Amino acid sequence: MHPYNRDVSLFAWRALRGYPTRTILMLIAMAIGVAAVVMLTSLGEGARRYVTNEFASLGTNLIIVFPGRSETAGVNPSTMMGETPRDLTLDDALALTRNYNVQRIAPINVGAADVSWQNKKREIAIIGTNHEMLAIRHWQVAQGKFLPETDLDRATSVCVIGSKIRQELFGPQRALGKWLRIGDRRFRVIGIMGSEGRSIGVDVEDTIMIPVASAQQLFNTPSLFRILVEAKSRDAIEPVKQFVIDTLQKRHQGEKDVTVVTQDAVLATFDRILGALTYAVGGIAAISLFVAGIMIMNVMLIAVSQRTAEIGLLKALGAAQRQIVILILVEALLLSALGATAGLIVGQLGSMLIRHAFPLFPAYAPAWAIATAILVALLTGLLFSLLPARRAAKLDPVTALSGR
Amino acid sequence: MISLQHIHRDFQVGDQVVHALDEVNLEISAGEYVSIMGPSGSGKSTLLNLIGLLDRPSDGHYLLNSEDVTTLSDKEQAETRNRQIGFVFQAFHLVPRLTAAENVELPLMLAGMPPEERKPRVTQTLESLGLTDRAHHKPDQLSGGQRQRVAIARATVTEPKVLLADEPTGNLDHKSGDDVINVLESLNNKGITLLVVTHDHELGERAQRQLKMRDGCIVSNQLNTTGHASL
Repeated sequence: MHPYNRDVSLFAWRALRGYPTRTILMLIAMAIGVAAVVMLTSLGEGARRYVTNEFASLGTNLIIVFPGRSETAGVNPSTMMGETPRDLTLDDALALTRNYNVQRIAPINVGAADVSWQNKKREIAIIGTNHEMLAIRHWQVAQGKFLPETDLDRATSVCVIGSKIRQELFGPQRALGKWLRIGDRRFRVIGIMGSEGRSIGVDVEDTIMIPVASAQQLFNTPSLFRILVEAKSRDAIEPVKQFVIDTLQKRHQGEKDVTVVTQDAVLATFDRILGALTYAVGGIAAISLFVAGIMIMNVMLIAVSQRTAEIGLLKALGAAQRQIVILILVEALLLSALGATAGLIVGQLGSMLIRHAFPLFPAYAPAWAIATAILVALLTGLLFSLLPARRAAKLDPVTALSGR
Repeated sequence: MISLQHIHRDFQVGDQVVHALDEVNLEISAGEYVSIMGPSGSGKSTLLNLIGLLDRPSDGHYLLNSEDVTTLSDKEQAETRNRQIGFVFQAFHLVPRLTAAENVELPLMLAGMPPEERKPRVTQTLESLGLTDRAHHKPDQLSGGQRQRVAIARATVTEPKVLLADEPTGNLDHKSGDDVINVLESLNNKGITLLVVTHDHELGERAQRQLKMRDGCIVSNQLNTTGHASL
């Protein structure tokens, strides 16, 4: 560093130390601004990552098929006749297995039914599905085994229950092998789900899974709620999606009456929404930086008027206007830099605390937010001290020094 | 050394124009000891500020070392102030958070002199003014006389040709005042041009040349045969 620059920094540093109250107040203002940006963006980013993780736990290379079509594709005979879309059936699901790129499929049927054992009874969400569901959703069975590998249309009377239901219905007693009453049918408990299987929409601990054909009988409906299709690889997702659309169109007399979404598409949408949220929250926090900048301007203006004699003196000792401007700017810049550093530390500690309190929530401030916060802090500090600095430079040393 | 030609300085006060300086002509040679006296508002401080390049005349020319300094840019004026002119003020105007040595160092720092060159000059200047043991004291730990001596050290550390003192004893008791005057006069003996603005007749009469001002004009300009040179 050029010796003069070091002198200026040193001079500014001593000026800051010379007025501790003012300096500390400004540091706090700046620190709050930066800390707000860091913490709020880390919350936004945490939410984004949380949702992304949850979606990843939904399964990999997933294609989700559901009945009905959300887009309007022009006018066709069915719109005129007000025809409702065809149901998804087990045969549809079966047809989807006939492709090289399809790893496995799981039809899903959902409903709620009264479940009872001895004198205990409550209403529980029931999922009808097949044995592939376990692999698709990366679930773990805690005790016993999952639904047996049978033909899709075979309605066996077995069920797999969540750990919470096991606790509520059986308490300390052994649940495996017991017969539960679900609706008007009886099912034998063959497995209990682990507690780690928790993902969006489904709380595995609080559901009962039965074979899909049994669920169709139980709810008296031939239609499916969803079909999950797992492609063999990431590259296979698109061909499989096309295959699903083509196959179902063929089976439904040429009507495109299903919606097929890939998990990636859903994920991308959430990613975009939550990304925008992070930006918005960061922007709101940036306003507090702006306010801190205005505070710096006010305080620097006061500092300049407090120090008219000193500035006049510097002029008398041979400081050009430019030198005075630089001195004031360096002082403001030093102040903003210190404030930003303090704010960064506070903000990072804050997000660390959040992560500590909610271990599932990955609240890390994104790098861009930290960089922007520091940059904005320095820029506002600089920008808002330009006016006070120029005023100081224009100061009339004659009147400043005649104060006696 | 200093040559003022047809200098006018007007101030706008409300809708009235005040002639702080009205057709001032003055020649001061190198090494002179000049006092400027006059009642408040007579223009003596304005004159001193003009000579010190802290103010610009409304009209007229100011030659310093035969160079017209009225037309210099702000930066050039600042440099000239730094190298050629030293100021001593009534209120000392030391920077309170800096030590005596750091206060003395300020003009050298503003001139961009590297620290290793500054330190010996500061030490030497402080020593010549008997302030060596006070070098690391803050202004509030110094007596009035010591503060003014630090201010003189600061004004002279750049080895200026001209020393301008505006009521240098105004805030001091009699003994410290005498002490400060002795320091200033001994600097004058070593060749510096000394200009002192004062109300104090006793002080003013010590100068070789006495200017009396009234209403922005120099009304009397007399050489003093009984000045301190003969003391």
